[in-house]
Amino acid sequence: MKVYELGNMDDFELLSISKDTDITGVFCCDLLSIAMGKAPAGSAWVTVMANVNTLAVASLTDVACIILAEDVTFDNSLIEKAKEEGIAVFKTKKPIFDAALLINNSL
Amino acid sequence: MAEVMELNYTVSNEDFTRAGEASSDVKKKLKQLGVSPEAIRKVAIALYEGEINMIIHAYGGQIKVTISEEMITLVLADRGPGIADIEKAMQAGYSTAPDKVRSLGFGAGMGLPNMKKNSDTMDIKTELGVGTTVTMTINL
Ligand SMILES: Nc1ncnc2c1ncn2[C@@H]1O[C@H](COP(=O)(O)OP(=O)(O)OP(=O)(O)O)[C@@H](O)[C@H]1O
Ligand SMILES: [Mg+2]
Repeated sequence: MKVYELGNMDDFELLSISKDTDITGVFCCDLLSIAMGKAPAGSAWVTVMANVNTLAVASLTDVACIILAEDVTFDNSLIEKAKEEGIAVFKTKKPIFDAALLINNSL
Repeated sequence: MAEVMELNYTVSNEDFTRAGEASSDVKKKLKQLGVSPEAIRKVAIALYEGEINMIIHAYGGQIKVTISEEMITLVLADRGPGIADIEKAMQAGYSTAPDKVRSLGFGAGMGLPNMKKNSDTMDIKTELGVGTTVTMTINL
């Protein structure tokens, strides 16, 4: 599945910029240094940790996109920065596991 | 050994909004130089964890990155409190991160283990009340 196709799914809303890169897997974690060490490049990273450090980790690990789950609140500056850095960020009301399962079933 | 490039960065104290800037910049430059994606990922992880540690546990510091034909050397020097027990600090899961940074997603105690895992050599020089210098090399 391509990143932009996620935006066509009912449960996911695109917040920043879309991309036509492939999503090659799903990764779930909220602790940044675990994500830093383990997030596979090309994966959709589902997390409730919504701050600028999430963006830094996403960009350094080359994940395909970030999915902010559980309808978490975040600062609009986060989205502005994501746009600047070309990072695809989505949000969903679904819990982490459900969101990950939905994406995984669509790969 | 031909020295291709030296990069220097100042990491400021408690500035989480800029954390990762040095790592991102180094990543960009290594891409331009045609360094392999595997080596770039190692450098990015090792440098980011070191950079964050300098902000969380020390008061910022200096980063020097040297890129040669054979390897990339990362030197992160801070004038923070130092590390009392390096062996303990190196253990996966050990963390003294305060609640305020834990709420940002830090404090898994995986930073130093990540640095060790992603570098070919890693050396920590530390003195209590004086500071810490972490030197890592990644072979190309
Ligand atoms: N530059 C430093 N100066 C002083 N103490 C440090 C420094 N770097 C690491 N430490 C000490 O070593 C511990 C372990 O560091 P490590 O990076 O592995 O975990 P952490 O930073 O606490 O959490 P994480 O990196 O998983 O977010 C820290 O909690 C801190 O006590
Ligand atoms: Mg750390």
